[in-house]
Amino acid sequence: MLNATLIALLVVMSLALVRAIKGPSIHDRILAVNMFGTKTVLLIAVICFTFGKPEFLDIALVYALINFVSVIGVLRYFEFRNRNQNGTQNSSEELASD
Amino acid sequence: MIDLLLSYASGLLLFLGCFFMLTGAIGLLRFPDFYSRMHAAGVTDTLATILIIAGLMLIAGWSLALFKLALIVLFIFFTSPTASHALARSAQLCALRLTQTPVEKGPADAPRPVAETSAPVSKMEAAEGT
Repeated sequence: MLNATLIALLVVMSLALVRAIKGPSIHDRILAVNMFGTKTVLLIAVICFTFGKPEFLDIALVYALINFVSVIGVLRYFEFRNRNQNGTQNSSEELASD
Repeated sequence: MIDLLLSYASGLLLFLGCFFMLTGAIGLLRFPDFYSRMHAAGVTDTLATILIIAGLMLIAGWSLALFKLALIVLFIFFTSPTASHALARSAQLCALRLTQTPVEKGPADAPRPVAETSAPVSKMEAAEGT
């Protein structure tokens, strides 16, 4: 069952990559990359039990942390860029309230 | 006896996790709109992660690996909905470009995304601005 889980994880990661390459908007790409990162955490955790290397769980934990922080950082960047591009009074008020 | 039972239970949990994971990936690939894609990915992400790591926990037994897996589950349980929420909010703030993208794909998709997603977005933005 562990090997089947590995194969399913690889299939899911390739599907997420297809969406990340194809995605029409930047948010589709960020969503797919977020999913890819979560599945990478799972892949490292499953590989840890398949190959019997318990050190890999630390790498999975650190990868989960980095994935979350990077997704939030990229999202903040594009959010502010789009608000500044609108340039209306409303968006500048939202900027000030944040 | 108990080992056999544990291995069966972990196999069942891993299978359920794989099922939900594949469902979410197919939904991410095939849904027409960004918000429905986010629904498919965001809902199944947390559930599949928890199921697969619970299956790994049953394999691990009482050890340090169990504690680390519990830490991963706890972290993903909090961060995955947070990331989905931030993604939805960021998409809502620049929703004009997003709702126009599925319209170009086909006339069958045209009425639903435009009518349902663009109207509440403008209403909520107006409420936020006041």
